[in-house]
Amino acid sequence: MTTTIFWAFAAIAVGSALLCVTRRSPIASALWLVLTLFALAALFVILDAQFIAVLQVLVYAGAIMVLFLFVIMLLNLGRAGPSDRKGALAWAVAGALGAGLLVPLAGLARAAPPAAIQLPEGTMAALQQQQGLVGAVARPLFETYLVPFEITSLLLLAAIVGAVVLAKRKL
Amino acid sequence: MLLGPALAVSAVLFTIGVAGVLIRRNAIVIFMCVELMLNAVNLTFVALAQRLGVSGQIFVFFVMAVAAAEAAVGLAIILAIYRHRETVDLGKINLLKG
Repeated sequence: MTTTIFWAFAAIAVGSALLCVTRRSPIASALWLVLTLFALAALFVILDAQFIAVLQVLVYAGAIMVLFLFVIMLLNLGRAGPSDRKGALAWAVAGALGAGLLVPLAGLARAAPPAAIQLPEGTMAALQQQQGLVGAVARPLFETYLVPFEITSLLLLAAIVGAVVLAKRKL
Repeated sequence: MLLGPALAVSAVLFTIGVAGVLIRRNAIVIFMCVELMLNAVNLTFVALAQRLGVSGQIFVFFVMAVAAAEAAVGLAIILAIYRHRETVDLGKINLLKG
């Protein structure tokens, strides 16, 4: 049952990603990408990452994609430009490079991490039972990864300042 | 559980993102393809976190923060370019071409 649901959402994710790449209008591309992000959130739930799935919907589908749509509509780019997609040569190159990339990456599907470092099956679910869905992520975030977490806040501050400076007409 | 299938799906999504960057000219659509690639990597992290510990999920957290910062700054750059050139077509923005 879980496997069937997994493949259903995987098919939605891949199909809408293809549509996102090939649609001519930027608005249509953005909306198909939103569907991809929702399908990925569903995959995260199946893979025992419920809190990350909520963040995916809130941050990616909610905030980042709204920013994209906002800029597309602000610049009035909703209509497709005539030269948006490149010619047949670029499609051939993209197809060849894509296939060349997919073959080594698909080898990943059969790869498994060494047994010595693998946790036993169901460890994550047990951890979430014990500490709660948010607690299982929050505890290492505020203990082991405290310094990277604080540095992330500096990164976000720099991004805010940078975005304001870049988007302003005159300082 | 479902580790192999999840890695396969993320490989396909990453490849679609790369192909998208190669076949489009609209800067915003290319940016969305980059986001697609970041999400494919997130799927890898989450799939491996099942068997290798919760650190993988923490890394997804950081990837999301970096993606948000990147989107804000990148879209501000696109806005600034549009103000100067009245276009976001990367075929026409060739100032750095020799």
